[in-house]
Amino acid sequence: MRVMAQLAMVMNLDKCIGCHTCSVTCKQAWTNRSGVEYVWFNNVETRPGQGYPRRYEDQERWRGGWALTRRGRLRLKGGGRLRKLLTIFSNPKLPGIDDYYEPWTYDYDTLTNAPAQEHTPVARPRSLLSGEPTRITWSANWDDDLGGSPDHGDRDPLLKGIADKVKFEFERTFMFYLPRICEHCLNPSCAASCPSGAIYKRTEDGIVLVDQDRCRGWRMCVSGCPYKKVYFNHRTGKAEKCTFCFPRVEVGIPTVCAETCVGRLRYIGLVLYDADRVLAAATTPDDQDLYEAQRRVFLDPNDPEVVREAELAGIPGDWITAAQRSPVHALINEYEVALPLHPEYRTMPMVWYIPPLSPVVDVVRDTGHDAEDHGNLFAAVEALRIPVEYLAQLFTAGDVEPVNAVLRRLAAMRSYMRDLNLGREPQEAIPAKVGMTGRRLYDLYRLLALAKYDERYVIPPAHAEQAHGLEELATECSLDYEGGPGMGGSGPFGEGSGGTSPIAVENFRMLRDRQTTDTLAAPVDKGNRVNLLNWDGKGRPEGLFPPGDRPGGGDPAGEVEPKP
Amino acid sequence: MTESPSTLDIMLWVVVPYVAIAVFVLGHVWRYRYDKFGWTTRSSQLYESRLLRLGSPLFHFGILVVAVGHVGGLLVPKSWTGAVGIGDTAYHVVAVVLGVLAGVCTLTGAAILVYRRRTVGPVFSATTRNDKVMYVLLVGTIALGLGTTVLGNLTDHPHDYRESVSPWFRSIFTFQPRPELMAAAPLGFRLHALAAWSLFAFWPFSRLVHVFSMPLGYLTRPYIVYRSRDARGQASGMSWPGPRSSAGRGPK
Repeated sequence: MRVMAQLAMVMNLDKCIGCHTCSVTCKQAWTNRSGVEYVWFNNVETRPGQGYPRRYEDQERWRGGWALTRRGRLRLKGGGRLRKLLTIFSNPKLPGIDDYYEPWTYDYDTLTNAPAQEHTPVARPRSLLSGEPTRITWSANWDDDLGGSPDHGDRDPLLKGIADKVKFEFERTFMFYLPRICEHCLNPSCAASCPSGAIYKRTEDGIVLVDQDRCRGWRMCVSGCPYKKVYFNHRTGKAEKCTFCFPRVEVGIPTVCAETCVGRLRYIGLVLYDADRVLAAATTPDDQDLYEAQRRVFLDPNDPEVVREAELAGIPGDWITAAQRSPVHALINEYEVALPLHPEYRTMPMVWYIPPLSPVVDVVRDTGHDAEDHGNLFAAVEALRIPVEYLAQLFTAGDVEPVNAVLRRLAAMRSYMRDLNLGREPQEAIPAKVGMTGRRLYDLYRLLALAKYDERYVIPPAHAEQAHGLEELATECSLDYEGGPGMGGSGPFGEGSGGTSPIAVENFRMLRDRQTTDTLAAPVDKGNRVNLLNWDGKGRPEGLFPPGDRPGGGDPAGEVEPKP
Repeated sequence: MTESPSTLDIMLWVVVPYVAIAVFVLGHVWRYRYDKFGWTTRSSQLYESRLLRLGSPLFHFGILVVAVGHVGGLLVPKSWTGAVGIGDTAYHVVAVVLGVLAGVCTLTGAAILVYRRRTVGPVFSATTRNDKVMYVLLVGTIALGLGTTVLGNLTDHPHDYRESVSPWFRSIFTFQPRPELMAAAPLGFRLHALAAWSLFAFWPFSRLVHVFSMPLGYLTRPYIVYRSRDARGQASGMSWPGPRSSAGRGPK
């Protein structure tokens, strides 16, 4: 047994209202730069739908992830090492910008510089790639809320597995949101596809990162990732991906997407797993056994032997305690309500989902039945074959049994809690039907409905003895790095060349640059305009106010008299 | 062999090569130290892949063969190939056929890529001035080389560069330069060599540095790379299927 720790996430899809706050805050934190306009480390998809990039789940086309050879050995679905090197000059499986969308901005100049005229001036869209006028035809969530509609829903690759016989019924019956970030897999195929070895998995917490100094822009990771969560920065020529907000989690605070989630549906915690069993689990012959196989790779952090092995492996004591308190471990292995996204890709994903019961509840309620009654709900789970089969395509490689079990458990919790809330005698028969006790069902309810911040996010900080080197603690001077304190902006070889700088410095520069530029494709003239989107209300970005004529004469904080 | 070479010949066939080599070597060292982040292929495949799928492999595989041919032709003395029983005629035929084939592939590929760069909007916007200089030098050098080979072989007595250019090239690296050899070579060879030196001098400052990132290590390294958060990279044996720590700077 070789114990390793992994930071993981669980999302409760029943609570997702599709508000995209996670996407927006993530974008503002991480991909708010030129070259990554089309990059969404976090995106929210309406399902059924095509997803982002379009139809990324169609692995017959994109060939991401792993597959078994005829002799039952694990290999990259996109081909072995030699094949990758031979196709390195033109990657045959790389999504084009059309599969994402062409990023655009608006020609605001025509508004702000318009002379007095009879007609209202219009800002037309301009491509951020070529600077030319463009037509907006797609975006990261263009099919938002259109789940199952004829134009979009039926292009969902997952619907291939479900016959379209009941399509019309299904169009009316269900739709849900699926927020996605990088899965930080135990067996990451992006890392395995990288010719340069620039993508690595951190030994301490399992976060998968791209070393920007080693990436050479071969693009194989983009093809290798079946979730298409590695993106190519088209200005720097380097791959970028979700970082699990490592500068935040290193100091014990949750990722930006989790922190800002309005529905509080995200859980972050550690799981301990046996690194020696990963390969065997990923090689499980039957796709439908992969969910169980991955669950068995996880170790019980309360098992004394596991604790001893973890200590031997150098995992600090507070990390082991955190693993014991981990909501992620509880949801995956104790309550067994969380399921992995597409286990059939064999990457052992580490962002899991509690499938939504709401499509089922909605149907029961719409038909006039009691949607809190466990009998009705159980019957509906059985009867609503299409939603359940669809969820199974997402989470269990098509095996409806585990999905059924989870939905029945959620239905039982709903039913059981109604009795409690109404002051009635709780019916112990309900939890018994789903193999639980009333006490555990109540605990599950607490975790899903009431859990506070420190129960939802159990993130042990990185270790004090290493802390002075961590990005955001900076007990060393933040500017104390090679080449610092450079405030130099771009190097001589184009955007972002030159040595690396700490994230804090980089963010500062980026914000400054963004505030003072709004040219379209190539910000050559970082002159005198300000981007209000990034202005946090503090300070006076240059160009925000016209020069001179300030009332009160030079007091920057002075109040401006309202004009009549 | 007594006539001493003119100043111009010394400039062109001694000074220029040494300056170019120095800039090439030191430039790469400096670039690697200073600009690891800018060391990339800067692929534009995201914007357009139909033309790229045709042009890029043509160009790259072509130029790989051309490079191997140059190594053979310039570094291996005539006497060695003779010693292993390869006759002059046989060598010449193979070299010309392979060379012209590879050269035509390379040039065709380059033409497609340049056309793509000019006509596809986003690719054109992403083209820097540096790229344009690089394209002129690179395509110019290739065209001069291919032209010299093709035109030279159309005459009855093609110039045997293994008696002039190759010994001169080797003499540079043995620090006993013999500019008079090159001064006597036909104009095409001299122009090709000069274009090549200027390309080499520009090389470390262009995107061509990606040539030295040819990821051959991929064939032997373990699939999954593990690295410690610790910037010093002490992986402490915790890795699957084998540690691969690096002493590089921390993650970014």
